[in-house]
Amino acid sequence: MDLLIDISLLTFLAVTAIGIIRITNLFAVIMLFAIFSFLSATLFMTMDAVDVALTEAAVGAGISTVLMLATLALNKDHNEKQPDKNRHWLPLAVVLTTGAVLVYGTLDLPDFGDPASAPQTHVAPHYIEKAIEETGVPNIVTAVLASYRGFDTLGEVVVIFTAGIAVLLLLGGRREDPLDDGAKDKRVPQNLVLRIVSKIVIPVIMLFALYVQFHGDYGPGGGFQAGVIMSAAIILYSLVFGLGAAERIIPKSVLMFLTSLGVLIFAGVGIASLFLGGNYLNYSVLASSQVAGQHIGILLVELGVGITVFAVMLTIFFAFAGRERS
Amino acid sequence: MWDHLSLLLVVTPLIAAPLAAILPFGRVPWALAFLVALACAVMAGMQLWTILTGGPIQYELGGWAPPWGIVYRIDEVNALVAMIVSGIAAVALPYALLSAENEIEKHQIPLFYSAVLLCLAGLLGITQTGDIFNLFVFLEISSLSSYALISLGNRRQALTAAYQYLIMGTLGATFFLIGVGLIYSQTGTLNMADLAARLPEATGLKTVHTGFAFIMIGFALKLALFPLHLWLPNAYTYAPSVVTVFLAATATKVALYVILRVLFTVFPDGFVTNTPAGDLFLMAGILAVLSGSFRAIYQSNVKKLLAHSSVAQIGYMAIGLSFASVAGVTASIIHMFNHALMKGALFMAVGAIVYRVGACRMEHLHGLGRQMPWTFGAIIVAGFSLIGVPGTAGFVSKWYLVLAALEQQQWIVVAVILFGSLLAVIYVGKIIEALYFKQATNPELAVEEAPFLLLAPTWILVFANIYFGFDTDLTVGVAERAAQALGVAAK
Repeated sequence: MDLLIDISLLTFLAVTAIGIIRITNLFAVIMLFAIFSFLSATLFMTMDAVDVALTEAAVGAGISTVLMLATLALNKDHNEKQPDKNRHWLPLAVVLTTGAVLVYGTLDLPDFGDPASAPQTHVAPHYIEKAIEETGVPNIVTAVLASYRGFDTLGEVVVIFTAGIAVLLLLGGRREDPLDDGAKDKRVPQNLVLRIVSKIVIPVIMLFALYVQFHGDYGPGGGFQAGVIMSAAIILYSLVFGLGAAERIIPKSVLMFLTSLGVLIFAGVGIASLFLGGNYLNYSVLASSQVAGQHIGILLVELGVGITVFAVMLTIFFAFAGRERS
Repeated sequence: MWDHLSLLLVVTPLIAAPLAAILPFGRVPWALAFLVALACAVMAGMQLWTILTGGPIQYELGGWAPPWGIVYRIDEVNALVAMIVSGIAAVALPYALLSAENEIEKHQIPLFYSAVLLCLAGLLGITQTGDIFNLFVFLEISSLSSYALISLGNRRQALTAAYQYLIMGTLGATFFLIGVGLIYSQTGTLNMADLAARLPEATGLKTVHTGFAFIMIGFALKLALFPLHLWLPNAYTYAPSVVTVFLAATATKVALYVILRVLFTVFPDGFVTNTPAGDLFLMAGILAVLSGSFRAIYQSNVKKLLAHSSVAQIGYMAIGLSFASVAGVTASIIHMFNHALMKGALFMAVGAIVYRVGACRMEHLHGLGRQMPWTFGAIIVAGFSLIGVPGTAGFVSKWYLVLAALEQQQWIVVAVILFGSLLAVIYVGKIIEALYFKQATNPELAVEEAPFLLLAPTWILVFANIYFGFDTDLTVGVAERAAQALGVAAK
């Protein structure tokens, strides 16, 4: 049964990829991108990588689709330019060579799920056997992400912070126009059904984001996914009620502050453990017992992740969507 | 705090970056960035000294032992590269104050310094880590911030240049990640020391060969090694002056470090010589020297001329490492250090001209040598160093590279190195000719000498070029120990 599901999902994936290459209408391409992400998320599900699936669904299918649509809205023409057919031999050759080399590289790859393969026998068993004892976190993915390899996660948050800074440097800060009222904004759909439904849905989305944020220790989830979901709630609000209304709830200065705050919380936990006599990001020294310390540390750093991800996603969305008016 | 030195070197700029972004306008973000860079330089110096006297340092992040947690492992090689990166940052930031105020819009200044700090943290993070995936994460930080920094140049082409670099850089990073994934599939570890222990029994596998190729191509892209250098000339030309100074003197050096580390420490002895990797590096290096130097001669924009020259200099470094001998790798590391000094000084001097004249095409330079004598002097000395005139740091690099080539009896390579220096005489000569021997296009237009804050950092680097031309104990001595620390087999 699993095999059938895998085969059909992978077939859909290939068909979608070919569709993306062939179709020239960019709106359709973006929709196909979203479908591609959803299919990937489903594949991750079948591989039992639920945390990755949740991220892929939230980021790949959710936010990046919105951002690509916002970009498309800035362009008059929604069609790809017809490529010049004669000049693409070199890129094609490079792509084919890379593909061939990759296939060559997979020839010696251990079988999927092979229990005797190196990744299953070397480092991973320690996480599986010791994570609960050493960190007290039942979700091993969270234990690895936030504690064993917590410094990587700090780095990832800084990557997201950097992305926010980069977008602001490129697009932000230019417009000084007063925020217009959502009701007067001509682009905002005056659709009663949309308004009422989103008013019902938005609190639920926010609640779900909080659940994903604080339940990350026990189930799939954590700061990354929660931040994205929370920002999706605000983005939905601004799509229905207007950018001005959304920016009144979270002004740009507050957003910039939150973007920095998340990183500072995460990095600050590390500094705190330095002062309490541990190595950087050693949460065990934060409380009297190791497990309690780990718990506090993971909770705090996940909160930092959530805040920065939330703020950066909104920053990027506002920067993209805000350009339409100028 | 002494124990945490290596960690603080990375975390200090990392924490300062979000602070700089929310600090008020004015010069406060600059002051913060400058203090942090200075602190980093001091810490990197202390780290280098600790290692030279007491051996390698290991620091377990999160208190988890390797290979389960991430470790920093620093020996002579990283310590030297970290010293170059933070030293250049500490010299470049005083320079940044006026240069950035001149070239970057006022409301972007706090974010600009935030991005500079992120780039510094990223480059130092790559240098310090002993974990190959952690390296990727910090590569992303440094790459993303450098794309943003390059895009801030005030010409429209800056955006295209940044976009080109974004595409090529992302390809490079993705290739690196694919390579790491493939190697992980056969070893189950991401810790470099652990990889070095587990790879010898896996070297026959196709997956490992493919992974190796992907990692090398990925970082050759970041290094801008011929023929993967196409992003570099535009990126260096159109970036704001101080960004060019910082990136030209640090980013490619860190990429070279990663290649050295993976080639000699992570992969087993002889992997370079038993695979086509060594020959490919040699070929790419020779072609880079020739093509970069020739292209440099034909440029009419001085920044672009120097950028093409950088492609050639990267070629020299690739030639050195391709020998896979202690002498060759030593020469490569010496040149990495010296090139940071010479290109830092040259790009700073050109930035000073941009500050006064607003452009740096050859015709804008005519006659400026008499009006800006200090800037002119800096270009002459650093230019001589670039050529490899005895008494400058550049000579030391070329000398050791030629010795390494002679040791291998590679006569063609020796000829290429000497011919490359000849070409450098021509393109450096072109700049000097424009500055001094050409009549000013508009003699009435009085151009003042650049302000002290631009000249002082430039001349610090110029003096370093002269100092390291005479005192070779530090560069050559440390580079030799670094080459041995990498695990290059003694021949």
